[in-house]
Amino acid sequence: MTSVLDVRHLVKEYPVRSGVLRRVTGSVKAVNGISLTLERGRTLGLVGETGCGKSTVGRCLVGLIEPTSGSVLLDGVDVSAMSGRELRAARRRIQLVFQDPYASLDPRQSVEAIVSEPLRLHGLARGSESARAAALLDLVGLSSSVLQQYPHELSGGQRQRVGIARALALEPEVMVLDEPVSALDVSVQAGILNLLEELQRELNLAYVFIAHDLSVVRHVSHEVAVMYLGRIVEYVDADTLYSAPQHPYTQALLSAVPLPDPRAERSRKRILLEGDLPSPIDLPTGCAFRSRCWKATDVCSSIPELRTTDYHAVACHNADQV
Amino acid sequence: MTMTQQSINESSAAALGARDVVKARRKASRQRFTTSFRQNKSGLLGLTILLVFIAVAIGAFFIPASSLDVTQVTADPFLPPSLQWPLGTDDSGRSVLLLVAKGAQISLLVGFAATMLSMFIGTTVGIVSGHYRGLTGGVLDRVTDWFLVIPYLPLAIVLATVLGRSLLNIIVVIGVTSWPGTARLIRAQTLSVTARPYLERSKALGAGNLHQMWKHVLPNVMPLVLANTTLAVSISILSETTLSFLGLGDPTAISWGSILEQGFAAGAISQGAWWFLAAPGVCVVLTVLAFNLIGRATEDILDPRQETA
Repeated sequence: MTSVLDVRHLVKEYPVRSGVLRRVTGSVKAVNGISLTLERGRTLGLVGETGCGKSTVGRCLVGLIEPTSGSVLLDGVDVSAMSGRELRAARRRIQLVFQDPYASLDPRQSVEAIVSEPLRLHGLARGSESARAAALLDLVGLSSSVLQQYPHELSGGQRQRVGIARALALEPEVMVLDEPVSALDVSVQAGILNLLEELQRELNLAYVFIAHDLSVVRHVSHEVAVMYLGRIVEYVDADTLYSAPQHPYTQALLSAVPLPDPRAERSRKRILLEGDLPSPIDLPTGCAFRSRCWKATDVCSSIPELRTTDYHAVACHNADQV
Repeated sequence: MTMTQQSINESSAAALGARDVVKARRKASRQRFTTSFRQNKSGLLGLTILLVFIAVAIGAFFIPASSLDVTQVTADPFLPPSLQWPLGTDDSGRSVLLLVAKGAQISLLVGFAATMLSMFIGTTVGIVSGHYRGLTGGVLDRVTDWFLVIPYLPLAIVLATVLGRSLLNIIVVIGVTSWPGTARLIRAQTLSVTARPYLERSKALGAGNLHQMWKHVLPNVMPLVLANTTLAVSISILSETTLSFLGLGDPTAISWGSILEQGFAAGAISQGAWWFLAAPGVCVVLTVLAFNLIGRATEDILDPRQETA
């Protein structure tokens, strides 16, 4: 099977400057060597707490941030090395849906202008832009009566649908969804998630679904990658992750999800992590998680590789054996 | 007719209907603005004063050239205000009323034209330096700093001297010396707009720099530009008066500044001919006041933070 998106050893560092001369005194390792593969029609969930670098990965994928090293391959073609006109053409194939549907829409553009902007930018559907915009809105479940409205006149769910319609305008193969529902009401979230699922089936889209809400990720993802401080600590299909998590960090995350069954909920054991997230400027030596891990031993002073056994990849020396 | 054609036709029909809706909405918002403006007493006062001066400036086109020609006037010099000469006469016997009316043309023209130029330069520099933050932005910023730091009047005097005395030159001089404040303001606003996600999104869609600046940044900084314009007009009129009073204006054109200069040079003070200096002076004060009142009223109405329930 060919993968539509292939990310290899992606690294993004931000220099830290200090002093009068603004000399580089260190670096923030936002993304620290990440590799992912994604096939058509599949969804990859990317989870982790705030500041673990998941949004940086998303921005590197669509070319908004230039990675320090590593490569992003779309159908085997390296996008991260492109620039200028070439990059703009490549961007057609991978699109980003933002978290905040209000801030990501220009308040001075009508919905029609917003949705047809990508068409005009790439010279698609010349002469029939507004008809195409109406068709795109129809695709995301909005009537063409919103065409002449402005973002402030729409509800949060409608705005996010407009954002999705706009990303779909360029007929991308991959969509990076950066927390697409976390700014919405719970009742609206389900509608958007179902829409995304339908679109995936109809258009054979591949999704990179970035989120911190584990129950949402479980609902939509085929595979899940768990990130901690710029690294992937566990990478496995969604069912296995939720039924048999192996990395202690994943176990701790999952233990924080409330269960719908009240009896199971009463017996749910929470794993409370001690201490704070270490500073990404000054990462702990060895395993980045060992400063908060209850299973840490002496071997954790060396960096654990992502070990793969039967499609289950874990980066931990002391992971539970299946 | 195939299904797709039909749906396209339907949707364009819906879009047409919606366009009328937008037109109606724009009309309604214009009406809201008019209604609020009517309730703003100082704004109305400013507008009235301005309209009177514009009417006077238009009316001044009908003044026969002979009545302003020093070789053809018959009245005595320095006549005090009377029924025949409502604002008295100048040092060569011309009616000061007619001079001031003629001066309104030049003062308003220069005020508006110089403001347009200044706004154009300031907005362009502001947006470009805010958008390209690297070397281009840095260089533009230093140029702005340079213009801000140089005392305005000496720079304008030097420029006016070098360029020569003509109407176009005085517009250019005021335009190129008064833009840095606007550029600063617009740059700050551009920085804030550029940081918003919809610009990042537009970038992710493959939008080029020109598209981003023209389609997203400009419409979002425009209200600020317009609000700044009313204030800038009064500054431009004051500058024109200053430069003309210093003898740097167009020697053939009559403006309020040049009337003041002429009166000063002719010894109107020692002659006790107060009307000669007071008339153009009061005109300048009233026009500047009018623009400030209108600017304040517009700001009050358009600023959503000051909206009262």
